[in-house]
Amino acid sequence: MMRSGDLEGRFPRAFRVALVRQETPRVRTLVLEGRLAAEPGQFVMAWLPGLDEKPFSLVDGDPLTLAVARVGPFTEAVHRLQVGDRLWVRGPQGRGFALPLGRLLVVGGGYGVAPLLFLARRTREAGQEVWAVLGARTATDLLFVDRFRALGCRVEVATEDGSAGRLGLASEVAAALLAEGGVQALAACGPEGLLEAVAALGRRWDVPTEVSREAYMRCGIGVCGSCARDGRLVCKEGPVFRVHPAPAREAEGPVPDLPHLEVVPLAPKG
Amino acid sequence: MNPDLTVDLCGIRLRNPLVLASGVLGTEPGILHRVGLAGAGAVTSKSCSLLPRKGHPNPTVLDWGPGLINAVGLANPGVEEEVRILREARERLAGEGVAIFASIVAGTVEEFAEVARRVSAAEPDLIEVNISCPNVISEFGELFAHRPESAAAVTRAVKEATDIPVSVKLSPNVADIVSIAQAVAEAGADAITAINTVGPGMVIDVESGRPFLSNREGGLSGPAIRPVAVRCVYRIAQAVDVPVIGTGGVMRGRDVVEMVMAGATAVGVGSAVYWRGPEVFGELLAEVREFLVSHGYGSLAEIRGVAHR
Repeated sequence: MMRSGDLEGRFPRAFRVALVRQETPRVRTLVLEGRLAAEPGQFVMAWLPGLDEKPFSLVDGDPLTLAVARVGPFTEAVHRLQVGDRLWVRGPQGRGFALPLGRLLVVGGGYGVAPLLFLARRTREAGQEVWAVLGARTATDLLFVDRFRALGCRVEVATEDGSAGRLGLASEVAAALLAEGGVQALAACGPEGLLEAVAALGRRWDVPTEVSREAYMRCGIGVCGSCARDGRLVCKEGPVFRVHPAPAREAEGPVPDLPHLEVVPLAPKG
Repeated sequence: MNPDLTVDLCGIRLRNPLVLASGVLGTEPGILHRVGLAGAGAVTSKSCSLLPRKGHPNPTVLDWGPGLINAVGLANPGVEEEVRILREARERLAGEGVAIFASIVAGTVEEFAEVARRVSAAEPDLIEVNISCPNVISEFGELFAHRPESAAAVTRAVKEATDIPVSVKLSPNVADIVSIAQAVAEAGADAITAINTVGPGMVIDVESGRPFLSNREGGLSGPAIRPVAVRCVYRIAQAVDVPVIGTGGVMRGRDVVEMVMAGATAVGVGSAVYWRGPEVFGELLAEVREFLVSHGYGSLAEIRGVAHR
């Protein structure tokens, strides 16, 4: 159980690993003993004492579940964790998805798929239809395809080498699905190029669109400025940003115009 | 009635006393621009060194309740890239009336002069000399801010290297901050920034038995240190003629008022961004105005240093 008090979520808290699953050659899911009240799209800072602390988006809050891609010394150490070992977590941090309820299209590239599974589950629980386009470089890197299917989502797969699903980019498949009509909300997570393409689709089809951005993070709490992108703090005002429709300028407060990706922070939540 | 909030800081005219303190947010032109538009009178970039620095591994910043503890370790892209950042920030803020301060850091007196010389190419309105970061003691050894002689030596070297006004940022973690303030003022400092973070301190995770910060110890900031900062500003303002940028734990408009009453000319705001966000500057200004109006003051000047009476 979470401890109570003002500092809840601000200090790293130790969770034991309950389950480890190898999802792809590079990605492992860690299910931890315990839960966090979190929204899809929010992230946590995961700490191994004496080593490092890094941000990870949540695959679920209850039980607390992280997908960890092996990319360096810290994630290698996380991959070595066994059932019963401890991982320290602070969070949830940042702002998650806040799309209107309706038929949802999620577009994920690589391990950007992770927070979209959380969003798809919540949306299915609310009785809405979910379409998912899952992209990867190659078939073995595809993440959570079976999990989206198990939720009852319509799933389309795209690989850059054509080794599974359609040959091409996830955004190209998403364009075709949007052309079918009936999509009422659009969410994306993955490489910046994918996010830009999906943002353009959202504007073109006039569908409420939010994207989850990645950035180099240090403090994770909106102080150090390491993750600032175009004047926005990805750790605190993101990682999820609404890209369409853009709210009226005067409602935004004193914020500079943003080049390329038209990202605007979501309204603060309680 | 709209009270006069303008400030003359060693010849630099600020539209108001609020300064984004170095080390918070000042990493990128976009965020410096945003803080300027939010209402700051000046924005200070994160300290830059001659060469890029990676800083310490995470965790680097923690909210321990009454304040923050941090040991980012002076992560920065180096002075060359910093010049580009400062120039772009200046371009974006053109016409907004926001001053731009560059913060510099170095391991030797000569290097301080070199970084000052190079950062001057960006034509900042002021160069803040960070001789007091407590998070690199293990790397740099004793801080320049710890002794009057070494603090003065850096000040002299930087003053010789640039024509831009210089403020020297002092450490509260000394026996007698007044003697150090006097030394840097005599060495030619145009202003003094007081204070850098307090401590260092340590917070230990009792589950793992390890300090939270990778650097183990770090500087304290936020509301918990405000009385220390106010006292330092008060004592320094009493002892030297150069203006003071009073920095440390300012969270509310009344804290700005308190700093000015202690004798500060300008007021640094840093950790408040964690609790109140980057738009805190506009909110603080409104709070300061409301205080002045409700107490019948027509300007900040009327309350400056009144605590000394």
